[in-house]
Amino acid sequence: MIGFATRRLLQAMIVMLVVALLAFTMFRFVGDPVNQMVGIETSIEEREALRERLGLNDPIPVQFFRFVTQAAQFNFGTSYQFRQPVSDLFAKRIPATLELSFTSALFALVVGIPMGIYAGLNRESAVSKLFLSVSLIGISLPTFFIGILLIFLFSVTLQWLPSFGRGEVVPVGSWWTTGFLTVSGLKALILPSITLGLYQMTLIMRLIRAEMLEVIRTDYIKFARARGLPDRLVNFRHALKNTLVPVITITGLQLGAIIAFATITETVFQWPGMGLMFLQAVQNVDIPIMSAYLLLTAFLFVAINFIVDILYFFIDPRLRVGRP
Amino acid sequence: MNVLDIKNLTVEFPGRKSVFVAVDDVDMSVEAGKILGVVGESGAGKSTVGNAVIGLLQEPGHIAGGEIFLHGKRIDQLPYKDKRLLRGRKIGMIFQDPLTSLDPLQTVESQLVETIRTHMPFSGNEARKRAVELIDAVGIPDPEERIKQYPHQFSGGMRQRVVIALALCAEPELVIADEPTTALDVSIQAQILELMKKLCEERNVAMLVITHDMGVIADITDHVAVMYHGELVEYGETTQVLGAPKHPYTQSLISAVPRPDIRVERFPVVNYIEKAGTPQKQIDISTHWLGKSRDYEKVEGPLVQIRGLDMRFETRGSIFPSRRKYFQAVKKVSFDIQEGETFGLVGESGSGKSTIARLVTGLYQPSGGSILFGKTELTSLKNRKDVLAMRRQMQMIFQDPYSSLNARMRVRDIIAEPIKFHKLASGNSEVRQIVDDLLDHVGLGVAAGQKFPHEFSGGQRQRISIARALATRPRFLICDEPTSALDVSIQAQILNLLKDLQEELGLTMLFISHDLAVIRQMCNRIGVMRHGELCEVSGCDQLFEAPQHAYTRELLELMPSMELLSRANLESA
Repeated sequence: MIGFATRRLLQAMIVMLVVALLAFTMFRFVGDPVNQMVGIETSIEEREALRERLGLNDPIPVQFFRFVTQAAQFNFGTSYQFRQPVSDLFAKRIPATLELSFTSALFALVVGIPMGIYAGLNRESAVSKLFLSVSLIGISLPTFFIGILLIFLFSVTLQWLPSFGRGEVVPVGSWWTTGFLTVSGLKALILPSITLGLYQMTLIMRLIRAEMLEVIRTDYIKFARARGLPDRLVNFRHALKNTLVPVITITGLQLGAIIAFATITETVFQWPGMGLMFLQAVQNVDIPIMSAYLLLTAFLFVAINFIVDILYFFIDPRLRVGRP
Repeated sequence: MNVLDIKNLTVEFPGRKSVFVAVDDVDMSVEAGKILGVVGESGAGKSTVGNAVIGLLQEPGHIAGGEIFLHGKRIDQLPYKDKRLLRGRKIGMIFQDPLTSLDPLQTVESQLVETIRTHMPFSGNEARKRAVELIDAVGIPDPEERIKQYPHQFSGGMRQRVVIALALCAEPELVIADEPTTALDVSIQAQILELMKKLCEERNVAMLVITHDMGVIADITDHVAVMYHGELVEYGETTQVLGAPKHPYTQSLISAVPRPDIRVERFPVVNYIEKAGTPQKQIDISTHWLGKSRDYEKVEGPLVQIRGLDMRFETRGSIFPSRRKYFQAVKKVSFDIQEGETFGLVGESGSGKSTIARLVTGLYQPSGGSILFGKTELTSLKNRKDVLAMRRQMQMIFQDPYSSLNARMRVRDIIAEPIKFHKLASGNSEVRQIVDDLLDHVGLGVAAGQKFPHEFSGGQRQRISIARALATRPRFLICDEPTSALDVSIQAQILNLLKDLQEELGLTMLFISHDLAVIRQMCNRIGVMRHGELCEVSGCDQLFEAPQHAYTRELLELMPSMELLSRANLESA
């Protein structure tokens, strides 16, 4: 187990180094960083001095090493448009994105898993067929369209829920702000998290359904029934647990996707998260923000995958011990 | 009084076009402490009888008529919930494959405890105590320790013991065992059968054993019911039915069973299930394509000489050679195969016999040793042209007729492929003619070429595999368990076909099987393998009558005795 975890950690570090190389390349070679920083009337001598001060004349490997060392200390340089350290900007935006992603992942799991179990166990029932048709809509409609539809229905027509923003937020600790503690904050969360989580929910539902159908055909489920175990035990202790390994894999990857690609939802709902900031950075060629976002996204994926790999050990005993 | 009474049972599976009657008007009964065997070939409906009794028929199958009584109480019409209470409590069930019948994610203990607590008013601790007793009763050493382990930490035979313990959790009155030993090696099979018999007597349980294996029937059952296409064709005391079968189906089935104690020249043909199919036209081998270019270079001495063959697989990789771990699948094996003989390799699973087949055909590169085919050293062939020339001379027939044929190719193209690849015929019309002749020759008929593999039964597919193997005009044929996936009557036909072809074409064969009885019928000389080592090589009759190695003697003793079986229709060689 420890050997396995070390190996995975090493692999994760290699992945992060490769991504860092990409981010560095973008930072260093997409446009001239000095041109982006200074005004038009800066003289060539001043530019050269700045170049020297930023270390842009050093050999490339030295620059890369410096980039990695600084990134490891969360120092990603200064944003071109805001003239503020990128890490401060991210710290301000991260709580919004994480709260949104967490809520929509929770929504996808809490609704998707029971629906999947039901549809897997009662494959012929009318309700399961309804679930499947609805989930087809969830998969095929683009996110922004669902968002606009929800805004039109619940904000414009019914006027129940706000159409943009996070509502009222309360600071927790030195830098975190939360919308979980106020009524307006919670209300503001509902529409965006459904929009963001709908696709994941249908995916999880369909996955669980397919896995359940597969597992209930196996011999050990038949044998569990032949032993006279009540359906509850057969379905949940034996069938559901055996469907979990692939489900956790996909859920883990999807959670990464939710956090990293909340961009569209954040734009539709003007959600003040990282995605919105990233989009603005792209429009303004704000390279430091873009490369930091790239690194952060990669880090999230690698971290989640690592956790998923470790989770396998707790679910599947076959991975834990060698054969006798 | 009978524990189980089945009266006029009919089970139907409604299909889209018609209703399939899986079990047709069947009567049978079992007494306490006795074992009833239900025997038949695939599709006979024997498993359906067991599933109907325990109430686990696969949808949309249902009991269309008849009655099932457990201790005089009718059980087939009970509502779902009451039927569930019978399962495990009154009726226990044992399945075929111990590797898949246990939940891989739960410890043995938790599976036992949940079953005990479902049926009995036990506390957790009492249930755990009983679980340990049960594990002890089915003969698993260190029950206290082993019970905490997961199914994958047990070997196949041990897992089947766990399955039996699970079936016995609530002291059922009836145990249904569906092919309980089919997935196990001979030595494990003998142990499990002995255990079942012992438990049946000690606990006074009635047992219904469903199997295709006459050996198992002869070994442990008191009564036997022979089924054919859903019908009960013969029913009575085991000694009676096996010793003096009355129904023609039973007679032919029994005559098709390979015996370890006598060698027959040819198996009596059973035309009861699938027409054996005789060639429409006779081929004159001396003039036909199939017989041409058989003028291989004559070899002095044996055709195949294997010397000190070693094969090891890496089980743990590491960049440090000292930390790598290996599994030695084949250890210093040496033997010869003479031209024109059939050499048998026999052993239990994991003994390395299939690895040898793969080494000889070049599918694996050996870790050491040499394989001399004629004058060519196979392990040092580098040139692709030489490799192909060698491969053309040796062909392989695999165990599983379902996965060894490409499902998306027509049979004609499957057989034509090696001919075209090795450029053995000129022009498409000649290839076509050869394929037609081959199909006819293996008893499938020319029309078979148009079809796809899924349109054929297992036995017919194995004939296709044989035709494909013959299509390169090989000199050396390697058969890796060619009949172990087939029913006995089909097995008899395929073995007859292989014998005929060998005689006709003068083929040399390496015949691999776990079944000593089949080996005895097919081979001139036999090698016995165990844990990758060759224990003994001797002539066929000598091996069976005067085995030299202790392991050979053990294997022979463990084989189910076939002495009960009638010997009518058999002509010994």
